[in-house]
Amino acid sequence: MHLLVCGGTGCNASRSQEIAANLKSSLKDNGLENEVQVILTGCFGFCEKGPIVKIMPDNTFYTEVKPEDATEIIMEHVVKGRKVTRLLYTDPENKQHVADSKHMGFYKKQMRIALRNCGYIDPQNIEEYIGADGYAALAKCLGEMTPEQVINEIKLSGLRGRGGGGFPTGLKWEIASKNHADQKYVVCNADEGDPGAFMDRSILEGDPHSVLEAMTINGYAIGATIGVIYIRAEYPLAINRLLVAIDQAHEYGLLGKDILGSGFNFDIELRYGAGAFVCGEETALIHSMEGLRGEPTFKPPFPAQSGYNKKPTNVNNVETYANIPIIITKGADWFNKIGTEKSKGTKVFALAGQINNVGLIEVPMGITLREVVYEIGGGIKGGKEFKAVQTGGPSGGCLTTKHLDTPIDYDNLLASGSMMGSGGMVVMDETSCMVAIAKFYLEFTVEESCGKCSPCRIGNKRLHEILEKITKGNGTMEDLDNLRNLGRVIKDASLCGLGQTSPNPVLSTIENFYDEYVEHIKDKKCRAGVCKSLMQYVIDQEQCVGCTACARNCPVNAISGEKKMPHFINTELCIKCGACIEKCKFNAISIC
Amino acid sequence: MAKVKLAESKINKIKEICTSFGNKPGEAINVLHKVQGEFGYLPAEVQEVIAQELNVSVAQIYGIVTFYSFFTMTPKGEFPISVCMGTACYVRGAEKVLDEFKRELKIGVGETTPDGKFSLNCLRCVGACGLAPVVLIGEKVYGRLTPDGVKDILNEYRS
Repeated sequence: MHLLVCGGTGCNASRSQEIAANLKSSLKDNGLENEVQVILTGCFGFCEKGPIVKIMPDNTFYTEVKPEDATEIIMEHVVKGRKVTRLLYTDPENKQHVADSKHMGFYKKQMRIALRNCGYIDPQNIEEYIGADGYAALAKCLGEMTPEQVINEIKLSGLRGRGGGGFPTGLKWEIASKNHADQKYVVCNADEGDPGAFMDRSILEGDPHSVLEAMTINGYAIGATIGVIYIRAEYPLAINRLLVAIDQAHEYGLLGKDILGSGFNFDIELRYGAGAFVCGEETALIHSMEGLRGEPTFKPPFPAQSGYNKKPTNVNNVETYANIPIIITKGADWFNKIGTEKSKGTKVFALAGQINNVGLIEVPMGITLREVVYEIGGGIKGGKEFKAVQTGGPSGGCLTTKHLDTPIDYDNLLASGSMMGSGGMVVMDETSCMVAIAKFYLEFTVEESCGKCSPCRIGNKRLHEILEKITKGNGTMEDLDNLRNLGRVIKDASLCGLGQTSPNPVLSTIENFYDEYVEHIKDKKCRAGVCKSLMQYVIDQEQCVGCTACARNCPVNAISGEKKMPHFINTELCIKCGACIEKCKFNAISIC
Repeated sequence: MAKVKLAESKINKIKEICTSFGNKPGEAINVLHKVQGEFGYLPAEVQEVIAQELNVSVAQIYGIVTFYSFFTMTPKGEFPISVCMGTACYVRGAEKVLDEFKRELKIGVGETTPDGKFSLNCLRCVGACGLAPVVLIGEKVYGRLTPDGVKDILNEYRS
């Protein structure tokens, strides 16, 4: 029997380490420490209900476990064989407890390929990875396949880059393999900077060996002997697990000289990012690896021709790599049957925002947004109305109700004015203001623009200023035209991917929520109640019982009134902080 | 900026770190990571020593320090507070939580309280989106925070 405890960042923050420790000591108290193993795994994905404890082999899925619950789990489940019902997941529709995770709505439509080992194996133990068919792909490549055959297999699989661009991975490898040089490099881009996306980190934390194995295969295929993982310094847990994994791989002869007796040498080192979104762009990333400011340069030359240290370099993202070993072991024909015509395989999304089941999901390409939001995501929080889903982060756009039945793949997302991006999926309900969301992303871009090219540096700043003006209630209809024109110029004229996509959040919200922009401009109204300058707080004289809760909590003393008599808000003094609404128990305060 | 005179021992520590990376300019970012880990921040005087050791201009080091958000030139508080401003936290009300911290501490983002106890910063996505909105104080993660809870949390550190 195995007790799997989620050790991902979310659950870790909710004391999962302590849970694991308590489980272990409770097992010891019962003399079971040799029969039952407690394993701290990678992320299960269902972060909403974390911390998660899963019991194998019967697949029992305990949610929101507290360290204090450990003894009960051991005494009831392990010793007496009775499930601890109160910790089981409750189906929100029929209110029934679901014991087996396979029957949970969250997991039913998922297909875990890149995340195949996350939540199943101990990431700190290479033997568990090997036990799950790990390093079999590497052995197959080195023993039975030529580099050309490896590249061909990846090409046939139809795998496309999961970092956002969607460039065919096999083709990328082929180009790098054809450029001859005394030294070539393989680089893994683990600089996940997109706010709201955390799949790369989950893979590195939950299954670091899959990335090491894939990079080694990549090195063999293109003729590189050095691999570098460029990882954010903000991911200490992932860094730690990678370092442990690299050491173990060395110990087992799976990294270093003469791997598996094949004569092939390959080694992997880490480079730390220091917080710059633009470093996700491959040329900028390479400059950062060289110890410089992470500014992009013009392509060509492409990294495959002249990259790190001016040598041919192949850069792939973490999730792309996580797909490689299983494509080799199961074959391209298995992989290319999954997904849509031009987008093969699965995609990992970080589902977040106003949705019931926040977490990390992996779904086949071609699934519809409706299935993701309502079946996997369990619908909108608090039964509110679905408004939009933002995909692709600061480079993407919004999908709305009219896109709910569009199959999700690279090309459909682009056609809808958004993009796949790295896989952030933020769900919004009626309480989100689309103008404010566009402004939020622009704030991010303005801060993260490296400043090298003027369309991005100056243009985005101007876009942000115009949006600021609209949310303050000073916008004109002419501003809308300016936003559109300027947005197009920035997209056309910017040097790198950051600027070429940064106006997307603005352009797509204007396209899909034009009425909302017009309301801000003409009616000076924000229907979501987000843009403070456009709001006024009013106390309903009928509803107010004069409990004085609002007046006592108003930070600027803008509310006055006698006890047990209706109160009033002085709108001149009111700073629109919303404290009064939160305190009012009688729903007497409204925004208009 | 006020000049800080570096103690001899500190200068030697910086030199030691630079040497451990072979004094190579290409290792500048790794050196800065290590030095910031040692001192908590990277004031101009520290950058001068690094530039000298790696044989590059101070401007180049300064350029790197100011480019990356991870590097800071101001000392952080004893309890650094980071409010996550990732999209998931934003749509679940992180801005209101941030406003409450500003009001309680009477400082802005990027500032430190006069007693050196707290500093306030924003960061992008800790990846605990299931707990949104999230605030980090030091290494400790506080999830599902509301503006109401801010005062109580600060009081844990104030006593």
